[in-house]
Amino acid sequence: MHSETVTQLSASLRQRKFSATELTQSLLARVERAQPELNAFISIEAESALAAAAAADRRLAAGDAPALTGIPIAHKDLFCTEGVRTTCGSRMLANFVSPYDATVVARLRAAGSVLVGKTNMDEFAMGSSNETSYFGPVRNPWDLSCVPGGSSGGSAAAVAARLLPATTGTDTGGSIRQPAALCGVTGLKPTYGRVSRFGMVAFASSLDQAGVLARSAEDCALLLGVMAGFDTRDSTSVDAPVPDYRASLDRPLQGLRVGLLQEFFDKGLDPKVEACIRAGLEVLRGQGAQLKEVSLPSLPHSVPTYYVVAPAECSSNLARFDGVRFGHRCENPRDLTDMYERSRGEGFGAEVKRRIMTGTYVLSAGYYDAYYLKAQRVRALIAEDFKRAFTEVDVLVSPTTPTPAFAIGAKMNDPVTMYLNDIYTIGANLAGLPGISVPCGFVGALPVGMQIIGGHFTEERILNVAHRFQLETDWHKRAPEGYR
Amino acid sequence: MSLTRRDIDNIAHLARLALTEAEIPVYIDSLSRIIELVGELDHAATAGVVPMSHPLPGLTQRQRADAVTESDRHELFQRNAPQAMAGLYLVPKVIE
Repeated sequence: MHSETVTQLSASLRQRKFSATELTQSLLARVERAQPELNAFISIEAESALAAAAAADRRLAAGDAPALTGIPIAHKDLFCTEGVRTTCGSRMLANFVSPYDATVVARLRAAGSVLVGKTNMDEFAMGSSNETSYFGPVRNPWDLSCVPGGSSGGSAAAVAARLLPATTGTDTGGSIRQPAALCGVTGLKPTYGRVSRFGMVAFASSLDQAGVLARSAEDCALLLGVMAGFDTRDSTSVDAPVPDYRASLDRPLQGLRVGLLQEFFDKGLDPKVEACIRAGLEVLRGQGAQLKEVSLPSLPHSVPTYYVVAPAECSSNLARFDGVRFGHRCENPRDLTDMYERSRGEGFGAEVKRRIMTGTYVLSAGYYDAYYLKAQRVRALIAEDFKRAFTEVDVLVSPTTPTPAFAIGAKMNDPVTMYLNDIYTIGANLAGLPGISVPCGFVGALPVGMQIIGGHFTEERILNVAHRFQLETDWHKRAPEGYR
Repeated sequence: MSLTRRDIDNIAHLARLALTEAEIPVYIDSLSRIIELVGELDHAATAGVVPMSHPLPGLTQRQRADAVTESDRHELFQRNAPQAMAGLYLVPKVIE
């Protein structure tokens, strides 16, 4: 059962090959067995999962079963989940039990999915290696000495290790696509505004977007169809109809104009990763796509732009953690200021404090124009570059990451080197564009991801390209040894 | 650009973050490097460019009718409070 995709499981459940209860029991056992080795979960909700599976079996028997009925999934632990601990990978929220469901959680629940647990992540989604989690690092199932990527590292590892067929994630600067690449799974970050952010613990509100990690583009299309759509409770949610993302998956690529992001085939790119991407591009060309080099001259400014905008928004968003209404409070505060400062100093980990302080600095008197407004201007240039590119091509293709997964501990002492992991993914967030990472080869035992970026609200197109690619390749079907 | 201990003390206070002595040199070093990284933006020509604050241009903030849409669930919400009593959040004395 564990080797089936969501699409296959959905068919198997309807054909009564096994029940939702049997499926949930089987995957829960895998989740629990893998936990000491991978640490992919922060919470495992066996009891409520089995209750949900039993309810799913009743719906299947009654013939009243929506698309995801009986499909076991897990949410990144920054989606508020009613009655379940929602920690955001932080000591600050280690005991926080959400009083309500995020819209993503509610929609996936209403579609019949079975929530098995909450996945590990970098603290407040700030990190590219899952090493900043208060609950310890996640290990990459392809090589246990390596990181899974981040910040949705637990979500990626759980799908890669065949613990679950799909998980949710969030992507502020690459946090779905980067771990998807490093773990050899398919990860989709939709257009900003496509999926409601209501109930997602906010990091950088002009960049954050919810998405999905799964084993195929087809499954991503299925889940996105459930997650996407207008929500009055998110004021940046876009009121646009949700297409049937599966309907256009098979569309031929004949005549598709594919742009190669020239700036991303740079000196920082591992030549072995580049070889995988070039081979992937040939697969697209073989299906009739036309390849064309495209230059986005402002794109090399993405990383510095992001590391002004994201920390600035983070310092503002995380001001809510004051030790008063929820979250960690220090012992015996002397006065209110002491309570704020020590509660926050103790509750937040090193990287979160670094981002809050960076944001505080760039927003402080005398620096606002030089850093924050400047970054917002450069952000406009980057968005303009993408807009121009999409008048010439239909999609842009690049590596997802400059290298495969790196060793746990290798980059923890140098934040700037860590930040450069997201060099190829950040641009899509700054411009609000959808992107998907698909497995496209291996360097040694480690998977490599190819990124496909589209214009605003062209998820149908990038899913179509990713699906056609997966019809011709089997990289996405490979499983790590020990988890097959 | 290199930040000083005074800079870090000031930023930490503005951000209401108590730092330990051991953390301070780490942040002097890493924040200096981050500020150097973002300083690269000086090389971008941005004269006349309008700052972009939202990724979807043209999208305006929606408004809604000023009507009550939520029910009172303060008891549930206060279960997550570090200290609450009689429906109130407790904090250290603010006024002497």
